Amino acid sequence: MPSPTYRREMPQRYRLEAAKCKKCGKLFFPPRLVCAGCGSKEFDKTKLSETGTILSHTMIRVAPADFATQVPYAIAIVESDNGVRVTTQVVDCKPEDLEIGKKVKFIFRKLYEEGHTGIICYGYKTVLV
Amino acid sequence: MVGIVGYGSYLPRYRIKVEEIAHQWGRDPVTVKRGLMLNEKTVPGMDEDTITISVEAAKNALKRANIDPAEIGALYVGSESHPYAVKPSGTVVAEALGAVPNVHIADYEFACKAGTEAMFVAYGLVKADLVKYALAIGADTSQGAPGDALEFSASAGGSAFIFGKEGVIAEVLDTFSYTTDTPDFWRREGAFYPLHGGRFTGEPAYFKHILGAAKAILDKSGYKPADFAYAVFHMPNGKFPLTAGKRLGFTKAQMEPGWIVPLMGNTYSGSSPTGFAATLDIAKPDDLILLVSFGSGAGSDAFIFKMTKRIDDVRDKAEKLKSMLENNRIYLDYGQYAKYRGKIIMNE
Repeated sequence: MPSPTYRREMPQRYRLEAAKCKKCGKLFFPPRLVCAGCGSKEFDKTKLSETGTILSHTMIRVAPADFATQVPYAIAIVESDNGVRVTTQVVDCKPEDLEIGKKVKFIFRKLYEEGHTGIICYGYKTVLV
Repeated sequence: MVGIVGYGSYLPRYRIKVEEIAHQWGRDPVTVKRGLMLNEKTVPGMDEDTITISVEAAKNALKRANIDPAEIGALYVGSESHPYAVKPSGTVVAEALGAVPNVHIADYEFACKAGTEAMFVAYGLVKADLVKYALAIGADTSQGAPGDALEFSASAGGSAFIFGKEGVIAEVLDTFSYTTDTPDFWRREGAFYPLHGGRFTGEPAYFKHILGAAKAILDKSGYKPADFAYAVFHMPNGKFPLTAGKRLGFTKAQMEPGWIVPLMGNTYSGSSPTGFAATLDIAKPDDLILLVSFGSGAGSDAFIFKMTKRIDDVRDKAEKLKSMLENNRIYLDYGQYAKYRGKIIMNE
C-alpha cells in the first residue's frame, strides 16, 4: 500500500515547498506547524531556491536494500541559496567530482519503488551545476 | 494568435557510444555508424523515467513562458514508456509543477508521435478557448531489444510546449495529420521490447507518412519548401530524415539545426519535438518552421509555425539543447548500460 507519509510530503518533495514564519521570517523546510524561533503558528507558503551549495558530502558504499544497485552514491548537506540546509542525494556524478563549495541544482527524480507492483515514489535530488 | 508561449527540453547526462554497443554484439562499428548516421545516444539514469524527464522539460518551458502553473488547463504527456500501465504520468507531472487540481490530464501513446499528438490536442483546446494554457510533452525512455538495430538508436529525453494566446513565440499557422493502419513496429501488452518489420519500416511506413503529411500541409497552406527557414522530421536514425527532406525539396541547411539524432539517438515521442526545440533555440522572428512527426502504426502530424519577436526575449531563460547535448556527458560501458536500462535479471 502507498505510504500515507509519501502523499503528505508531496508538496515539499515534489515542489520544494517551504514555510516562512510571518512573525520572525525564519524559513523551514519541510514546513512546520510551530516556528522553532518565536513559537508563532502563522506561516507563508514559499519555495526553496532551486540552487544551492555543498556544505559537506559522503559516499554511500553499503546501502539499504532499495538503494543497493546504486552504490556508490553521494549524499550531501546542501545549503539552498535562501539559506535552508537539506540532506540530499547528489546524482549523475563520480565520487571524485564532489567538493565542498560546489554549486548544485535541485532536480525531480525517482526516489524508490514499492516493489515491482507498488507505487513509484518521486522527489528532489541534486546534480552538480 | 494561437501558438507556443514557452518551450523546454531535458536530456539525461548519461551516454553510450555506437562503438560500445557494436563491440558487444560483434558488429562492425564503422558500418553501423555509416548506415545509421549515429555516433552516440542518451541513456536515462536509474532514477529517471518518462515522468522525471517530463517534469524537467516542463520546468524549462515554464521558465520561458513565465506563467503561473495553476493557469495550465490541460496537460498531456505523449510517450511509449509511461512508467505505469494504469495511472497517468501527467498526474505526477502536474503535481510536481503545481498545476493541480484544476487541470485536464491524459496520457497519449502513438509510438514515436505521441508527443505531437499531445501538441495537436493542446493547440486545439487553446484555439477553441476551452483552456487558457495547455501543456504538451513528448518524452520517452525508449526500448530497444539487445542486439537489435534499435539498440543503437533508442534513447531518452523529451520536450515540453505550452500553448496559449498571449505571449506567443511561435504561432501555429496550420496543422495536418496523415494516418493509416500500417503494422511496421509494435509492442504487445506485457512485452518488454518492441518488434519491427525491418526494411518494411522504411518506404511503406516512415516515408509514406512523412511525405504524405508534409505534401498535404504544403498543398493546404500554399507554402513551398524554399519559404521555410527550417524543417524538422522524425529521426529514427540519421539517414531517414535527411532523405525525406531531400525528396520534399528541403536542403540540409534547413534541416541541420533540428537534426540532433547523431548525438542524441531516437528519443521516440521526444524525437521530432526535441529537434523542433533545438530549432527554436536559434530561429529568428518571422522564420517559418515545418515540423513533421512519425509514429509507427502508423501516422504523421505536420505543423507550420511562424516565429514572433518574443522568441528573442525568452530563448535564454532556460538551458538550450546544444548545451544539454554537448556538456556534462557521462559515458557508460555496455555492462553499466545494461544495468541502467534494467536488462539484467535480478533477485527480488
